[in-house]
Amino acid sequence: MGAVDLSIWAKVNADKPLLSVQGLSKNYGNRIGCADVSFDLFPGEVLGIVGESGSGKSTLLSCLAGHLAPDTGRVIFETAQGPRDTVTMAEAERRKMARTDWAFVHQNPRDGLRMGVSAGGNVGERLMAVGARHYGDIRATAVDWLGRVEIAADRIDDRPRAFSGGMQQRLQIARNLVTGPRLVFMDEPTGGLDVSVQARLLDLLRGLVREMGLSAIIVTHDLAVVRLLADRLMVMKGGHVVEQGLTDQVLDDPQHSYTQLLVSSVLQV
Amino acid sequence: MIEIRDLAKSFTLHNQGAAVIPVMAGANLHVRPGECVGLIGASGAGKSTLIRMVWGNYLVASGVIMVGGLDVAQAQPRQIIALRRQVLGYVSQFLRVVPRVPTLDVVAEPLLNLGVPGDAARERAAELLARLNIPQRLWGLSPTTFSGGEQQRVNIARGFAHPYPALLLDEPTASLDAVNREVVLGLIEEAKARGAAILGIFHDEAARDRVCDRVVDVRDFTPKAAA
Repeated sequence: MGAVDLSIWAKVNADKPLLSVQGLSKNYGNRIGCADVSFDLFPGEVLGIVGESGSGKSTLLSCLAGHLAPDTGRVIFETAQGPRDTVTMAEAERRKMARTDWAFVHQNPRDGLRMGVSAGGNVGERLMAVGARHYGDIRATAVDWLGRVEIAADRIDDRPRAFSGGMQQRLQIARNLVTGPRLVFMDEPTGGLDVSVQARLLDLLRGLVREMGLSAIIVTHDLAVVRLLADRLMVMKGGHVVEQGLTDQVLDDPQHSYTQLLVSSVLQV
Repeated sequence: MIEIRDLAKSFTLHNQGAAVIPVMAGANLHVRPGECVGLIGASGAGKSTLIRMVWGNYLVASGVIMVGGLDVAQAQPRQIIALRRQVLGYVSQFLRVVPRVPTLDVVAEPLLNLGVPGDAARERAAELLARLNIPQRLWGLSPTTFSGGEQQRVNIARGFAHPYPALLLDEPTASLDAVNREVVLGLIEEAKARGAAILGIFHDEAARDRVCDRVVDVRDFTPKAAA
């Protein structure tokens, strides 16, 4: 008794990264957006990216998600057909990947939802984009997903305009996850929400990550959010990654002067 | 199971003139399966620092920390994540949870993360909460509103939900009444009996005498220059 099955290490070490980012840079004229960013993300991992406004975290996320073309660097995604560099991929192919393997949750639900279409339509539209055609199946899946993000089935025909901010954000998550992506990009997903609504969303996201085996990259400036949600943390300043590591290690024993300042600046409640 | 060799640690405070504070040097200890080793030494001597280095939330300046075949001092984050999921448990003094998550789910979470089905995980959580005398009417509420002693018991239940081969305990019996203290000591004894290697901090001397097979004084690991 008490012996550890050492095969767990062989298994962990054999994991291949889902996403491998190498030397990614993006400048705006002679201003640095992000500079020489490299990291690997493994299946089931949640990576937090923190830093103040203008640190380059949103630029980085946009480059990773294919919304912005980087100046240099590679973003290698492990597709079903093997590793592919999404930077040099044809636009049509990248768009297809954004609908199937990837998802993007915007800070403002209005940027990720179609406000004039019903809640069920918002979810169903994504299914149709990947080829679903049977109305009954689509509606049933939409109802199931609304339930998973705690939106009552009788709201399925309401438009998101009639929803609260927290409900809109949950609907955006349902719309994004219904197609079973493997990687989710999130830009300040709890940003504009009340703290009580934030807590519910955090719990929902944690459950979905666990059940679906999702990998996620979450940009936020909220250190409490990353402590609860992210396995690993990357700290950015002036476009550069100044420190990265296990989330609680970076927060509890920060090595870089900027991270030390950031952690010591958080107000205690 | 847990083996520490020639471990050193210092803190660099960049925002205070880059002061370098050496806090530990030449630390050596080992914990065998089924054994409980207590860390002693005055407050500030480095007991919690040592525990945190084993847990991996404090970096190591030099040395080796082998836990279940992994050198935590050199490990990649994802290796430490796997270690914490399957091998190494930790009952800290603080309960950190997502607000509004029911207590039962907080305790079941380590099992859910291991892929145990929801019903079985919650059944085990319920068993531990009942044993630790958390009234059933509280199981559906978030522990964030609980008293200090109740939160600590929730934290203990969470730490013992999965039978980890190695456990770190930071003051597991502080702020507990006699009845619950007895329950916790019983849990520790059962963990030892099933072969867990335990490294702990116990200010409660009677508790320490009862569950610890040996004690290690961390003052022996104080850097000589600073002594």
